[in-house]
Amino acid sequence: MPLIHVEALVKKFGDFTAVDNISFDVAAGEIFAFLGPNGAGKTTTIKMLTTLLTPTSGTLEIDGLSVRTHSNEVRKKFGIVFQDPSLDGDMTGAENMELHGVFYHVPRKVRLERTEYLLKLFELWDRRTSLVKTYSGGMKRRLEIARGLLHTPKILFLDEPTLGLDPQTRNQLWTHVKHLNQEEQVTVFLTTHYMDEAERVAQRIAIIDHGKIVAQSTPDGLKQQTGTQSLEEAFLSLTGSTIRDEAANSNEQLKQMAKMWGGNRR
Amino acid sequence: MSVILIMWLRELRRYTRSRAQIVASLGQPLLYLLALGFGMGPVFQKAGQGNYVQFVAPGVIAMTVLFSSVFSGIGLLFDRQFGFLKETMVAPVPRFQVMFGRTLGAATVAVIQGTLVMIVCFIAGFRVVNWTLFPLAFLFMGLIACLFAAMGTAIGSALENMQGFQLIMNFLVMPMFFLSGALYPINNQSKIFSTIVSLDPLAYGVDALRIILINRSFYGLPLDVTVLSIVALVFVGIGTKMFSRIQV
Repeated sequence: MPLIHVEALVKKFGDFTAVDNISFDVAAGEIFAFLGPNGAGKTTTIKMLTTLLTPTSGTLEIDGLSVRTHSNEVRKKFGIVFQDPSLDGDMTGAENMELHGVFYHVPRKVRLERTEYLLKLFELWDRRTSLVKTYSGGMKRRLEIARGLLHTPKILFLDEPTLGLDPQTRNQLWTHVKHLNQEEQVTVFLTTHYMDEAERVAQRIAIIDHGKIVAQSTPDGLKQQTGTQSLEEAFLSLTGSTIRDEAANSNEQLKQMAKMWGGNRR
Repeated sequence: MSVILIMWLRELRRYTRSRAQIVASLGQPLLYLLALGFGMGPVFQKAGQGNYVQFVAPGVIAMTVLFSSVFSGIGLLFDRQFGFLKETMVAPVPRFQVMFGRTLGAATVAVIQGTLVMIVCFIAGFRVVNWTLFPLAFLFMGLIACLFAAMGTAIGSALENMQGFQLIMNFLVMPMFFLSGALYPINNQSKIFSTIVSLDPLAYGVDALRIILINRSFYGLPLDVTVLSIVALVFVGIGTKMFSRIQV
């Protein structure tokens, strides 16, 4: 039985179809990558898989449980690193970790040990008592990742986790993710724009464009399918070379407004 | 540690860290207390109603609790905009607990704010008439705070951006304050006006505080406590429902 089972999944926002009838399975223990241009529907799919959005239609199952009807049981099975910020800027790094540990029922002792290990691994330990709003962009990103790894879930969702990270941190992240996958059998579902990363870690890749899955195979399989030498060429030959733009939603507008007004709240 | 406790703690931590905000949020109540308190004093006295600072202080305390708790509840909107809400929404915990911890935290902050304003009232010359009832003031401040924090959470769950916030301020929160009788006596009003006032939950909060602090009653404590408790429960129910329906 696949760990993640998606069938005929559709998500519409008004007239706009963000995810258009996609189906795929992810087996337990697999590292599965979702690749696609901006606005292809990657994040929308992850949001539906992680109970943040209700699908318009289709089947979504994690570990045999329907995501729609058993949302709380499903939430126990995964961890997620979001594409955009989800930290509390008015709390310290350590407090953000603490809150996460409590939310995921990590026993206190394990929580403190793992917090120390992860904050040291991502070089945030010295700043653990500073408010997150004083962190640099890279530090915030690293904290998001460290927090996502605090508990050991069955499935780890990584939505463009390396966006804005330096090569050193990226390397740390993927090494750690591979380690989790091999040693603790964590299934990984990731999205990224960096083809070299997908090639390095993913066992299977689905390419999504305009809300539809256009190809689904191993990295080598995709290259053979398109007759190309690298994954990047394969990606471009499948999705074309036009540049996509995502519409700014009201959240983005408000963030801009908050910045304009000083933005010192967070 | 439980989810409720950590969410409560979060609200308190954030409150104690924003000192500028604490001072700023005391500005408006102080303006009402001092400008109105002393400005209207002579007219009020001539009308045979006694000392206006004495009369308006419980109203100003209730107003502080109202604004503070509604704002904290609506702070949910900021969590949504800045992304933290997602973290709480994907966690394997009942959303009711998240909402409840947050509401209790917001209510606690509101009671602290109310207490600060009460201290300022004492400095401005306000005097408690009957000290034996005094501890009850905190109970009622807590009840008012829970009611409006839950209301704020419900509103915060329904709104998607700050534009709606102005609407809520002008058409819900401000009218609730002005119609609560915080600033003027509500006896001897026309029937229509009295009916409108009696639909405002804050009117019962103001009345309760006035009974406790200056021994001046309109509805009476039993009715006050009943209305406030029922409305608070209803809002906690609505807030929970709205909160668990949030999609990000």
